[in-house]
Amino acid sequence: MSFLELNKVTKIYPNGTKAVHETSMNVENGEFMVFVGPSGCGKSTLLRMIAGLEDITEGYINLDGILINKVDPSERDVAMVFQNYALYPHMNVYNNLAYGLKNRGISKEDIEKKVNEAAKLLQISEYLQRKPSMLSGGQRQRVAMGRAIVRNPKIFLFDEPLSNLDAKLRIQMRLEIKKLQQKVGVTSIFVTHDQVEAMTLADRLAVINNGLIEQLGTPIEIYNNPKSMFVAGFIGSPQMNFLEGELKNKTLTSEGFEINNVTSDFNGPVILGIRPEHMSQTDKGLINLSVDLVEQLGSDNLIYGEIKNKKDFCFRCPGSQIIKKGSKLSLNINDNNYYVFDKSNGNRVN
Amino acid sequence: MIRYFSSNFSHLILLIGIFIMIIPVWLIFASSTHTALIINTQGLQFFLGDKFLENYTKVLLYEGGFFKEITALKMFLNSFLMATGVAFLSVISSLMTAYVLVYFRVKYATLLFWIIFITILVPLELRIFPTYSVMSTLNLVNSYWGLIIPISASAIATLFFRQFYKTIPDELLESAKLDGANTWRFFIDFLVPLSKTMIVAMFIFMFVFGYNQYLWPILVTSSEQYWTVVMGLKMMSGSIVNKFAFVIMSMIPPVLIIIVLQKYFIKGIFQDK
Ligand SMILES: Nc1ncnc2c1ncn2[C@@H]1O[C@H](COP(=O)(O)OP(=O)(O)OP(=O)(O)O)[C@@H](O)[C@H]1O
Ligand SMILES: [Mg+2]
Repeated sequence: MSFLELNKVTKIYPNGTKAVHETSMNVENGEFMVFVGPSGCGKSTLLRMIAGLEDITEGYINLDGILINKVDPSERDVAMVFQNYALYPHMNVYNNLAYGLKNRGISKEDIEKKVNEAAKLLQISEYLQRKPSMLSGGQRQRVAMGRAIVRNPKIFLFDEPLSNLDAKLRIQMRLEIKKLQQKVGVTSIFVTHDQVEAMTLADRLAVINNGLIEQLGTPIEIYNNPKSMFVAGFIGSPQMNFLEGELKNKTLTSEGFEINNVTSDFNGPVILGIRPEHMSQTDKGLINLSVDLVEQLGSDNLIYGEIKNKKDFCFRCPGSQIIKKGSKLSLNINDNNYYVFDKSNGNRVN
Repeated sequence: MIRYFSSNFSHLILLIGIFIMIIPVWLIFASSTHTALIINTQGLQFFLGDKFLENYTKVLLYEGGFFKEITALKMFLNSFLMATGVAFLSVISSLMTAYVLVYFRVKYATLLFWIIFITILVPLELRIFPTYSVMSTLNLVNSYWGLIIPISASAIATLFFRQFYKTIPDELLESAKLDGANTWRFFIDFLVPLSKTMIVAMFIFMFVFGYNQYLWPILVTSSEQYWTVVMGLKMMSGSIVNKFAFVIMSMIPPVLIIIVLQKYFIKGIFQDK
């Protein structure tokens, strides 16, 4: 039995919006699970059902062997970090951390010990007497984390906790969250729509679309082996290139080139997916790209251009290679690293 | 002050306003320190006289009323009890009403709120006879509770608290819940401290409102024991200077409470933190 089990969980809001469809998944003890997906796909709703902040319309959720469908959020022993932190504005940092412990009837000395420990771990010891309004965004973020950690809950839930921070701080906090989770070892679920965040944090990743889990697996599994066009397009940066094509008797015809011996028995219109980083320059390559734009990132160059009817085709090459706007490139796909999707439903067919 | 006069036109306007409001009060105060003879023969006085102590002590211990059962001191006590009672009860009841309306799953909460709000259109004076008959059934005529209870439900205060609660983000309630706060704890640990300044502001409003009641106290009390200051202003006999002194004294409690709590009052009304 897994630590957290979702069994055909469905959420229909009172206004009729079906936000989550029969979702099932298991999260193991100590695992860092990330929900990723576009805005409005139901990530928060799923998380809030686990927290008990939304009723479950249908299905079951088990946490640590207990059916929690009808358990009040205050009794579930879960901690949540919100996007806007939701710190208690009228309490100082110490009391923000201590409040949950007080409600559990823990003795004063123990509370003090736990709060000080958590504060030390998060490097907020100096701010314990301050009100949240006197803290910077990053410090508030830490306090919010501290409030979750100090209670030593069964599970941490994070709802886009980093999205209010600037880019640099976000990367730093991302790292800290990951380290912290490994140190504390508490099962965590992290919601984000940022795929880099998702890839870097997750032990396992659930890509959600329209209230359904499209794919569940380790980040690298999902990157290497996306099951659908949606997942393929969502994971990976810059985005995978998609080209229209036709597959017939294992031969794929697309935008002026052909690929033979495709490992698929599918016949009909398809979408060919190629990641920008899965190509390299050769003489007489498969794909002819006329360069429109070069983005130099230092370590890498992102080359955007046109191949036959497809605009904004992206190719990624090392930053040392100098490529000029207007030049023509000839590209090959490395190691048959391409993906073929059924055009009608987006499912992977190769 | 000279500098303000010359440099700042808007300050000038404000000062004129202040003078217009202060001068009548000052005239009464100055006049209350003279003998009745001077007032009767020479009219209101602009400068202070020398009978301050004499006039004021006389008023405080003066036994007014038809049966001479009550002193001004007792009237002040009555008024104070009534105003404080009204302020306390109405603040507590409207805090709780707003809590229920905003945070509980009440069907038609908005409609209910507007029904409560409409009661502003039905002041006590309009429903005074039914109210009286309720009080008399409950045997509360001629008692402090009788003075206090019927004017202790405030739609305005409910409106203020409700609007304030609606600005509090939902996440606060949610994280409090996850931290193990139940319904009662959320109210006590969050809503009450967060609305502290507004509570003070409403307390002042309701204190002054209770203090200024006239018609209802007259109706619900027949014993002079329960006379309030505002009733006393009308009922009190005595010489003109004593009446003036009493008028001045009657202003002290509301002014005092505003001065003491002013800091919170301004904050509460304009809701800055
Ligand atoms: N209280 C609600 N009542 C009705 N519909 C809702 C409610 N909350 C969310 N929804 C709808 O449910 C769907 C899922 O919402 P949810 O908040 O879970 O999305 P999300 O994946 O968290 O998006 P985001 O990344 O923008 O936060 C959306 O279509 C949204 O409009
Ligand atoms: Mg969300």
